[in-house]
Amino acid sequence: MIANDNLIIRTIQVGLFVALFGAWYFATRSGAAPLKLFLPAPELVWREMGVLLRSGQLWSALYVTITSIIKAYIIAVVVGIAVGFVVARSRTLVHMFEPVLSGMFAVPLTMFFPLFVLFFGIGPDSKVAYGATYAFFPIALNTIAAFSNVDDLYLRASRAMGASSWQQFRYVYMPAALPVTLTGMRIGFFICIASVLGGETLAATAGVGRATALAAELMETARLYAWIAFVVCMSVMLNLLALAVETRSERE
Amino acid sequence: MSPNKIRLVRFLVILGVVLLWEFYARVFATSSLSAAPSQVLAELWPKVLGEPRVRAAIGVTLIELIVAFVMSVVFGMLIGVLIGMTDIGRRSFYPVVLLLYGIPQAILLPLFVLIFGLGPASKIAFGFSHGIFPVIVNTIAGMRNVNPLLLRGAAAMGATRFEQLRYVMFPHMVTAVFTGLRLAMTLTLLGVLLAELFVSQGGIGFFTLLYAETFNPASLIALILTLALLAIVLNELVRMVEARFSRWKE
Repeated sequence: MIANDNLIIRTIQVGLFVALFGAWYFATRSGAAPLKLFLPAPELVWREMGVLLRSGQLWSALYVTITSIIKAYIIAVVVGIAVGFVVARSRTLVHMFEPVLSGMFAVPLTMFFPLFVLFFGIGPDSKVAYGATYAFFPIALNTIAAFSNVDDLYLRASRAMGASSWQQFRYVYMPAALPVTLTGMRIGFFICIASVLGGETLAATAGVGRATALAAELMETARLYAWIAFVVCMSVMLNLLALAVETRSERE
Repeated sequence: MSPNKIRLVRFLVILGVVLLWEFYARVFATSSLSAAPSQVLAELWPKVLGEPRVRAAIGVTLIELIVAFVMSVVFGMLIGVLIGMTDIGRRSFYPVVLLLYGIPQAILLPLFVLIFGLGPASKIAFGFSHGIFPVIVNTIAGMRNVNPLLLRGAAAMGATRFEQLRYVMFPHMVTAVFTGLRLAMTLTLLGVLLAELFVSQGGIGFFTLLYAETFNPASLIALILTLALLAIVLNELVRMVEARFSRWKE
């Protein structure tokens, strides 16, 4: 029965994508003029993807974007966990800073993007700073939540059994706080990707976001769709990777 | 420490940061790149908020935001209920929704502008595409959390499908759905602002770009702070509505 259900579900999912691509294909065949302007034929997009791959444009743009994302993410993780850990050391500090941080995170930092460009220039630095700032908040907030919610009983028990501060950190704090901290790091990772790409779309000299915006400005819709297709593939792969990491850490 | 004392210290910390910023901006910084808080305040009125075109731009952005948010909520809940209503529906379409939710939508921004033009339509559409996903996801999650026993009980007592939805499903979905609505508010605002910053004819994106490109940081920061204040007010509004709808639990 369950196997039968799974078959139905797969059929529906595959059918959905087939229908979508079919609709796309036949819509471009019908050849209505305004439609042609922003909906290129699938085979044109496919050819454009090949051109981007072979000419090396994809790799040079990806290189800029990915190094920006990695730099921003490393900064966000290091600073976020450090700040979160220090704040979580005392209840007073948590009460003092947690509402300030979560309040700031509720404000869309996108508004400050022009300031980042003003401070750090139009190169990749402004995207790194912007992505790092955006990803810092979920990581810091989750680290605070993780370390301030470690059960007192475990701490007292380990202390009573003679654990040193380091041992307490290594064997009590770390395992207790890891899952929530990891959740924060995962949220931060996807926010980091989205904000670096978003920043590149708004103002940049290079990178995937810039290439996409440029293709749209030049009305090269096939190329625009090709870039979007690459990013969608990338994000699907990253999501599957995150899912695999998560199920693995849950099993342990 | 008592809550009042904590509040006082928190206030002092924020005040200290503002004073440091003032000191830095006055002593070290280049005036074309950053502005002191006092200069920002002086700029706020009449130069920024006193300017009728800026006020109109804020109004346009607010309308874009509200339209996008309402559309996200209506369509998101509708799609969420349709998908979550049957087991097969949820298991086939929920992964698809999550997959779409995971795509960094910023990459679609140029396409939205191409399709919907330079005006408010592209901002609304982009805000909507950001806001609808958390509503769908949380509606489906909320429907799953309803105890099936209650539904069966209602059905046994002769409730129709609609009555089951209205009197059993909806009250139990409130918490999850409002988590979605709060997220949707944040994300819709993000989408609208991204689209505004990308290209704008008369919205606030036009003025942020104008201030940034003419190296007028005081006006830029003043405008940004006004918008940040608006964002906080909107978030609090959603929170208040949530409190109203969760009253039955107490």
